[in-house]
Formats: sequence, structure tokens, C-alpha cells
Amino acid sequence: MTVTENTLKDKTAVVGIGATPYYRRGQSLPQTPLEMAGKAVIAALDDAGLTVDDLDGFALYSMGFDTSLLAQWLGVPDVKFTAMLTGGGGGAAGSVGLASAGIVSGMADVVVSVMTLQQAASRFGASFAPRGKPGATYSAPPSPEGNFIQPAGLHGPGQMFAVLAMRHMHLYGTTREHFAEVAISTRANAVRRPTALMREPLTLDQYFDARMISDPLCLFDFCLECDGAVAVVTTSAERARDLRHPPVYVVASAHGGHGRWGQAITWLGMPDEYFASSGHRPIAQRLWEMAGVGPESVDVALLYDHFSPMVLMQLEDYGFAPVGESGPFVADGNIRWPNGSLPVNTHGGNLSEAYIIGMTHVKEAVEQLRGTAVNQVDGAQFALATGGPASIPTSALLLRR
Amino acid sequence: MALRGVLPPEVIQLTPNVFTQPFWDAAAEHRLVLPRCTACSAYRFPPAPFCWRCRAQEVEWVQHQGNGAIYSYTVVRHAVIPDVRDALPVIAAVVELPGTDGCRIVGNVVDCEPEDVKVDAPVMLDWYDVRAGTAVPIFRLI
Repeated sequence: MTVTENTLKDKTAVVGIGATPYYRRGQSLPQTPLEMAGKAVIAALDDAGLTVDDLDGFALYSMGFDTSLLAQWLGVPDVKFTAMLTGGGGGAAGSVGLASAGIVSGMADVVVSVMTLQQAASRFGASFAPRGKPGATYSAPPSPEGNFIQPAGLHGPGQMFAVLAMRHMHLYGTTREHFAEVAISTRANAVRRPTALMREPLTLDQYFDARMISDPLCLFDFCLECDGAVAVVTTSAERARDLRHPPVYVVASAHGGHGRWGQAITWLGMPDEYFASSGHRPIAQRLWEMAGVGPESVDVALLYDHFSPMVLMQLEDYGFAPVGESGPFVADGNIRWPNGSLPVNTHGGNLSEAYIIGMTHVKEAVEQLRGTAVNQVDGAQFALATGGPASIPTSALLLRR
Repeated sequence: MALRGVLPPEVIQLTPNVFTQPFWDAAAEHRLVLPRCTACSAYRFPPAPFCWRCRAQEVEWVQHQGNGAIYSYTVVRHAVIPDVRDALPVIAAVVELPGTDGCRIVGNVVDCEPEDVKVDAPVMLDWYDVRAGTAVPIFRLI
């Protein structure tokens, strides 16, 4: 038996995608997060030509939700697989790999990966802030590990990723113009999409006039804070061939990371060798090994863009540009749709369409390979979707039509 | 004279556990101590129950003078919680301590302008007395 035969390569396919509308933070009320999850699941099953009677598995990430209550609400006949990747947004793309693992193992047949998000009572932008004055409610109480970084004012992911971005600038000469190219090209894609929350073009002047949030990151380097839900249905390659849409095959998926990447931005002690990276290098290596193809095969890349510099670092970690050269790579127009060599975040990403913790990236990858994307890459054969540069696990998913 | 470039005391809440308590006990006395593995001599930070290199548990606490160089930093300018608004901007720096297997301490660089801060700039350790019995590390440009 070859190594390939022992992996999930080409054995499963994404067959359904569904989503609620996307909302500005808090605007999805009075719906509940679990209600939105249910709407997205039903929509994704319907898209596949399946029903709840076919559903038998859940594959979640980023602390997920209570699948028992959703299964009870929806009347799922028999839940055979309900599992979750640990960590946060790093697991987004990997949740489809988890679904595939459940299917290839024989434990389940039709597995849905879901993210639902409502930032009404709390917001991720202050997720590491202390409670502050009596009565203030922001996030969890400080942890013993957080005690070493929060007193300095690192209160949200943006403040922390800014530290990685600053190091990248120092090492490689990366500039704010490079970050701006990520923000502006992503916005240009969002402008054409009815689902996008940000539909006004962004100019370089507007970028540089925007307020600085945490140097070197300004307002437009930050993703949106949103509500909404996205679901993706995966099943076996055999069954996929009988369903409504042409199958979008799971070529490879990987998740995890170096142990000493660890909690990443919430300890900032990662080894110097990969401090100024996205943490994705070991994921990329395993992804390409399983796939049997490399970055040169990718037609469109949906790279988790919570902060624009982290797109640059993923371009390096997946081998689209040498380490340290992602800035010039984007400056040359390579990530622009439709004429760049590697269109990136054709859906408008977390930065300009909606932030549903990365599941919109998977949805867009599927639409690109079906040939139904709003900003379609002509003849796209392979699409890469990634989970967030974050604490372990980070993750990736390579799909093909 | 009041420090410039630190957060107000009410947003600094420490929640030590058995592994980190010795660090904060020493900090209250304005001493920087780091846990070093008694088996293989690797420093570990933040304090943890296992050596990342040899998996041994026991540590000795070694005092460090705290001078180092800025490994990276950010200038926090926008308040994500209202309680810090009047204190901004603050410079949050990651300082690598020489001779410690790459241990990095995060602290504010105080009493300077953001424009004066650069990666690799040498800094010296100082302390911010948040309240009686609680001090956190801060840094000054040398």
C-alpha cells in the first residue's frame, strides 16, 4: 500500500454550501447563534440535494456549539460523528478535513462543517482585554499566561499580530504599501459581490489616511467584526457523484503546527526561525505531500485574512513566494483578480466581505471550482483554503474540481 | 513623577498560579527571576510545569538583570476598551533577554516617543508599581 492510499486524498468531496446573510456585529439579533447554524445547515443540505435525514455528522472548530441541541431541534435521525478541532479560527479549513476523516474512517457518511458567530455580547477585537472597571464585560478573566502580555496593552488579536508584522518589516523590508495591496485588492473583489458588507472601493490615500490601531496596522488591516453562519457538507466521493452539483474533491487537508508555535500570539516566544511567519509551514508541507502537487498547481487561494500582513506570511509559508519576498510578490499585482498569477480572496475575505471565522473561504473555494463564483477565475482546477494563522492548530484544505 | 506610557492600574489584574507565583513575588520586590531547568539548564518562559527541552519538572529561579534588546513591538493607539483611552498611546515591546535560551518579556517602553523605538534597540528593565504588592516589568531605552 502506498502512502497515498492510506490518506484521505480524493476519497471525499464537498457537495453542499449554505449561509445566512452576513451582518455587522450584533445586527443578527434577535436570531440566536444556534438558530443561524441551523439555517446554514439546512441551506447547505438543500444545496447538495440532501435533507436532514441524510445528515449523520458534525465537524466543528473554534469551540463550536452544542450539536446535541441542534440535532434535537432538526431531528437528525442518527448522529454518528460529532467532533471538533481544538483551538480557534486556525481550524476553519481543517474542519472539512476532519469531516473527511470521519467519512473515510467509515464512522459517518454525510458530515457538515459549520461556523456560527454572533458578536453582540462580546467582541473578538477585545478578546484578551481584562474586565476593567466593575460592571465592564469584555472577555474571559486574565489567565496566568496572559498576565505576561496583557498588562502591556495587548488586548486583542490585532495588537498581537502587529508585533509579528513589525518583525517581518524589520527582517525583510516589508512595507505598509504591501499591507495596503492586500486590503485594496481584497476590497476590489468585495465591491462586486452582493453578499459583501464593504462594497465601496478602497484607495491608497484612504488606506494611509485611516487611523492607526496598533502600529504598523491601521483600520483597513483589520478584518470586520460580524455575525452569521456558514455550513459546508462533505460526503464520500462515490456518493458525491450522484448529487446536485459536480463534486468538489478534497485533495488534501492538514492541521496542527509546531508545538513551540503553541499559543503563538498570546505568548510571543515562538522560535526565531519562524516567529515572523503564519505558523503554517508544517501544515503546507504535509498538505503538498498528501496532494502530490505543489503551490504551482493552485489557481485561486482563499487565505484567512484576519489581518492583512498574515496573508503575506501565508503566501510565503505555502511557497507562493520565498520567505521574506511576499511584499514584492503582491506589489507586482500577483494576487489581483482576474489577471494576477494567483488571485487571492476573490470573495472579499474576512477583510471586506464578512468575518465568519474563515468558513466563507471554504465556501468561495467550492464556488470557484463549480465555476459559479462572482469573481470567477477562469478554468480554476485547484483551490486552496486556509484556517487562521493562530494558536495550534492552523489548517489547510486543498480542493479540486 | 508619574510614568508615561503605561495602562491604568484598574485594567492590570494578575491571576498567578503555582507556576507563575514566584515570578510575581520577585517582581513585587523589583527583581526579575526566570525559571531554569535543574536537569538541562534550559530557561522556560512563561513559567511552566515541564521543560520544553528535556521534560523535567524541577526549576531553580535565576535572577536576571533584565537588560536586552527589542525583538519587536507595537504602538497601541486605539482603545479597544474605554478604560485605557486616556493612557494611549502605549508602546508594547517584546524584549529578548540575552543568555536565556531566547526568553522574551513583554512590557511597555516608557517615557519616550513612539518614533524613538526601533527593533533591536537596547533597553533596560524597570518596574511599574501598579499597586501595593504588584509590579510589572517595563523598559526604558538606553
